[in-house]
Amino acid sequence: MSDIVLDVRNLRVEFPTRKGVLTAVDDISLTIRRGEILGMVGESGAGKSMTGMAILGLLEPPGRIAAGSIHLSGDRIDNLSDREMQQVRGRRIGAIFQDPLTSLNPLFRVGDQLVETIRLHTDLTKAQARERAKDLMREVGIPAVEERIDNYPHQFSGGMRQRIVIALALCAEPELIVADEPTTALDVSIQAQITALLKRLCRERGTAVMLVTHDMGVIAETADRVAVMYAGRLAEVGAVEDVVRRPRHPYTAGLMGSIPSLRSDVEELQMIPGAMPRLDAIPSGCAFNPRCAHAGPKCRRDIPRVEGTQAAACWLATEGAVA
Amino acid sequence: MKIRPNAILEVDGLERRFDVSAPWLNRVLERKPRRTLRAVDGVDFIIQRGQTLALVGESGCGKSTIARLVTGLHAPSGGSVKFHGDRDRMQMIFQDPFASLNPRWRVGRIIAEPLRTLRPDTPDAVVAARVDELLRTVGLSPSDGQKFPHEFSGGQRQRISIARALAGEPEFLVCDEPTSALDVSVQAQVLNLMKRLQKEMDLTYLFISHDLSVVRHMADVIAVMYLGRIVEIQPTKDLFANPLHPYTRLLLDTIPDLEAPKRDRTPMGGEVPSPVSPPSGCSFHPRCPLAFDRCKVERPQRRAEVHNRRVACFACETGAAATGLKETADV
Ligand SMILES: Nc1ncnc2c1ncn2[C@@H]1O[C@H](COP(=O)(O)OP(=O)(O)OP(=O)(O)O)[C@@H](O)[C@H]1O
Ligand SMILES: Nc1ncnc2c1ncn2[C@@H]1O[C@H](COP(=O)(O)OP(=O)(O)OP(=O)(O)O)[C@@H](O)[C@H]1O
Ligand code: SF4
Ligand code: SF4
Ligand SMILES: [Mg+2]
Ligand SMILES: [Mg+2]
Repeated sequence: MSDIVLDVRNLRVEFPTRKGVLTAVDDISLTIRRGEILGMVGESGAGKSMTGMAILGLLEPPGRIAAGSIHLSGDRIDNLSDREMQQVRGRRIGAIFQDPLTSLNPLFRVGDQLVETIRLHTDLTKAQARERAKDLMREVGIPAVEERIDNYPHQFSGGMRQRIVIALALCAEPELIVADEPTTALDVSIQAQITALLKRLCRERGTAVMLVTHDMGVIAETADRVAVMYAGRLAEVGAVEDVVRRPRHPYTAGLMGSIPSLRSDVEELQMIPGAMPRLDAIPSGCAFNPRCAHAGPKCRRDIPRVEGTQAAACWLATEGAVA
Repeated sequence: MKIRPNAILEVDGLERRFDVSAPWLNRVLERKPRRTLRAVDGVDFIIQRGQTLALVGESGCGKSTIARLVTGLHAPSGGSVKFHGDRDRMQMIFQDPFASLNPRWRVGRIIAEPLRTLRPDTPDAVVAARVDELLRTVGLSPSDGQKFPHEFSGGQRQRISIARALAGEPEFLVCDEPTSALDVSVQAQVLNLMKRLQKEMDLTYLFISHDLSVVRHMADVIAVMYLGRIVEIQPTKDLFANPLHPYTRLLLDTIPDLEAPKRDRTPMGGEVPSPVSPPSGCSFHPRCPLAFDRCKVERPQRRAEVHNRRVACFACETGAAATGLKETADV
């Protein structure tokens, strides 16, 4: 069997509303291998979290997967019942969100939450599970574990809480971790600690990680491959060095140019005119065409697609012409 | 850097403490002492007219409190803020462009308000013309004045806040994380606008951000804060070419760099301590790779003999920082 852990094909997520059906995620295909970190970037509203939630089976109704398939190590998971999916989430997929308090119960000691999760997924006794919880806390870098294990979530700092959430996500030794903006609320020094931790765990355990963030810097330092989203679709995928240094899609290039540099001086930052379209007003053809300096008639007519693992959804990049 | 000997703002020994004690009854019953949080703990800086001074530092280091002290929203607990300009022409731009705009007012009225406050007798037609002009200045159209804030995107709302601030004919703008809630492409639009306006109108900015690359792009002078104090203050170029304080160095070493990613970094250890019970001596000493005995008992000051008051650190006084940190930073 191949080492592909996550295989998403032609995924579409829709939200039926009074005004009509909104498509938040449109025709997304991607794979993540064992031990690989895939970064998902894009601006606010691009559909990054919706993609992650669809994979986790946590879409809030009426949101639903309208097309496509999701396979986890060969097993199809997008058509499971809620109960089956709950099992998969606990055992095979771990989740880490921006706010650690969404994953922690404020009324229970963190040790008890870890022990409960471990026992749900293993045959360990209570005492054994408690030892395992301590090991996990040490592994994610909580100091003075013997004292901290009986603390409540509010007694930890934001960075320490996020470490506990990572420990929780690891309890069942999942094949895949979906981390949605895990460091966005944290200070840079703590952010660096958490991403270093994620990287180490992924390397040591061979866990596949989907890292959702809007921070290109974090992606550049953490991810092996990147998927850039725009208006619910994939704009570009590729190895991180390629996408950052030699972006093929005009949107990715614009995004990179708009970030102030730590090295060179420019009087004016590069600007992408306009803003990302709302879901109820996605332009025909290439969704980026109203903001693109290269747009031609073909761009307004036909939707470009990402083909393969190293590509841009752009007529100029793929066919060299937009007429 | 263009040094001009006319300070518009002088901040001297500024302090702000907050009482964070438990309620009186709990305190009596549980015999807990009164507790004080030192949000700003002896801060000095000067801003020259037409320049941008940036405050950077991690969450809770006191940046917003300084902004509120400078604009008069808080009273100092000690020290002074001297503003050598027209107080009525000091404006503030906040991080959250939505919360700071009245949702029930049309954008035109929001923008007109500071103008009406500044010059109450201005005829309506003049106000309306000025609002149209301001909307154009920030890249919106006069017809946008008829809309409500919720009809705009985050970046457009921040432009509305800027237009409102400009309506007060400011000479001095306090900008507290003006682009932190925005996407990078929108941030670029707002930062470019702010730079252009500064040049055209000779504005002075106190610019607050936790993002060092944004600050590098915007500021003439950067003050790095840690736990309520300025640990280092330097012209932007010098700060990046030759950071002095161990905290600044670790910070510069920690921020992800798109152009030269450090994929196997060893991050700075530890966390920012609580400002309610800060460490003794130099408050950075528990995380500092260069800390020595003196750092635990005595608090370093910025002194004229040490790099011309640019840094508060004992290791910089002895020169240990110049040699010592390179080796220890990788630990
Ligand atoms: N319940 C809902 N009903 C309709 N549309 C929704 C709903 N929830 C989210 N959306 C829309 O789906 C789109 C994608 O949202 P998503 O949360 O995936 O964005 P994102 O890329 O994660 O952005 P951010 O960086 O802001 O987190 C957005 O346009 C959002 O407004
Ligand atoms: N009104 C208040 N009462 C009590 N404590 C306060 C008050 N305002 C601020 N503080 C505290 O003062 C310290 C400095 O806060 P401040 O908001 O100035 O930090 P900041 O540098 O702006 O942080 P951030 O980057 O998170 O905005 C923090 O510990 C904060 O909790
Ligand atoms: S397909 Fe056309 S509009 Fe879209 S990014 Fe490429 S050139 Fe621009
Ligand atoms: S004074 Fe001492 S502890 Fe503080 S930064 Fe300098 S060397 Fe480090
Ligand atoms: Mg999101
Ligand atoms: Mg603040």
